[in-house]
Amino acid sequence: MNGYRLLEGVNPTSSLSLGEHIEVHGPLNLPGKRGNQAWADAMLHELEISGLTGRGGGRFPTATKVAYVASQRRKGRMVVNLMEGEPASQKDSVLAAFAPHLILDGAQVLAALIGADRIVICIADDNDRIAQLMERAIADRRGLDERPMEIERPHGRYVASEETALAHFFDEGASLPRFRPSRPSPVIAKGRVLLVDNAETCANVGLIARHGGQWWSSGDATHSPESTLVTISGAVDAPGVFEVALGTSLGDIVALARPRGGIAGILLGGYGGTWVSPSALDSPYSPSGMAAHGGNLGAGIVVVLGADVCPIAETARIARWMANESAGQCGPCLFGLPRMAGQIEALATGRHSANADRSLLDLTDILEGRGACAHPDGVIRMVRSALHVFADDVATHQHQKTCGRVGAKTYLTLPPQEELF
Amino acid sequence: MAKRILTLIVDPIKCDAYGHCAEIAPEIIALDPWGYPIIRGQVAGAAKAHAEMAVRQCPRQALSIKASNVDVDRPVGSTRR
Repeated sequence: MNGYRLLEGVNPTSSLSLGEHIEVHGPLNLPGKRGNQAWADAMLHELEISGLTGRGGGRFPTATKVAYVASQRRKGRMVVNLMEGEPASQKDSVLAAFAPHLILDGAQVLAALIGADRIVICIADDNDRIAQLMERAIADRRGLDERPMEIERPHGRYVASEETALAHFFDEGASLPRFRPSRPSPVIAKGRVLLVDNAETCANVGLIARHGGQWWSSGDATHSPESTLVTISGAVDAPGVFEVALGTSLGDIVALARPRGGIAGILLGGYGGTWVSPSALDSPYSPSGMAAHGGNLGAGIVVVLGADVCPIAETARIARWMANESAGQCGPCLFGLPRMAGQIEALATGRHSANADRSLLDLTDILEGRGACAHPDGVIRMVRSALHVFADDVATHQHQKTCGRVGAKTYLTLPPQEELF
Repeated sequence: MAKRILTLIVDPIKCDAYGHCAEIAPEIIALDPWGYPIIRGQVAGAAKAHAEMAVRQCPRQALSIKASNVDVDRPVGSTRR
């Protein structure tokens, strides 16, 4: 038994063609463009019992989201989120490159569940290779009785993949999040209510539609229980995307990427995720297993921090990068994140005042929950976890000003940034 | 146990830090270091009339009052440890 479910039967060097895909996974039964209520009820039930949650980072129950969108009087539209806005994530691109039809299968199922007129697949404008592969996969399916599919190319920027930013892009071409005074509230664009699901979420729906929710969560003799895609980077010799069974120890997962040397900490979820201490390596990689260490799976990002760099300096790099990614629409994010980044930089480089950790925590309290989107809250979460997990390093910096490991070396993937807004 | 409460909501995209609201309703609105409002507590008692005036007089029309039912036994979550 191996962990492969989403990546089952993939070719090492090319996408699974439609024919190969059906050979591996079997045919998909869709109700056709007219829809079928009995089919929809049964499928929603399978989604519910599977327990599938969103793989874009939110980990919200997919069945609940689908039922909410389906209950709206407004007509629906399906959106596949293949933006991969997290710089340390590659899992959606890898999935799209190897198994594009599983993603499209799930998108067709979800579109049928909400009665969508069509499916829009969002791929960042700096990801041409995946856009070409998906274009070809869509062309392969032209003869099928399916809902029409098209590709949109929003700008590849961190906040652009937020679902209200996608809606804003469809309406006005601006990839800026919108304010939602309450949740849940429908995400609307072009007069349609959108169901936005991450590409890996869609692919899992493609499996559930074939094998049922029970199989999906438990597996069988040749398939592991629920799997998830992780992108491992940092202080490792073999970084990359791996499909792992949920509940595998974090240490066994990190071992897949061959870590080198001592580990100071692990960043989980994304740049708006959480640092966990090396003690988490012995715990199961699952929502509850990581929650015990204050972490969550987020978008499946695992960044291994080597013990030879300063964790405060690495945290400062992420905080500064994330501050620059602010859409600049909300004051607390526009002004608060740069100040937070500046305070951590000061702590890292010994330019801080006494009680710098205290004032950083106070700043996180001031800023929490005050953005239109979750961008500032993600940075706050990441910074708080750093102050907790790297408390010894913080104390060293407080008392001795610096630690001797603050330098140019970094284990982070931080793409160059441009002024846009 | 569920309880009906009124909350003052800021649309942070519309808000431009005029700060009038904090002068009108200081009981529940404080300003952050950049002049943007921080809402503390619910819209109730003497603060209600002030909150309603703040909503009306915001130059950017960024404030609103929302009614909701909350589970009073459950504390509001925080990522702070």
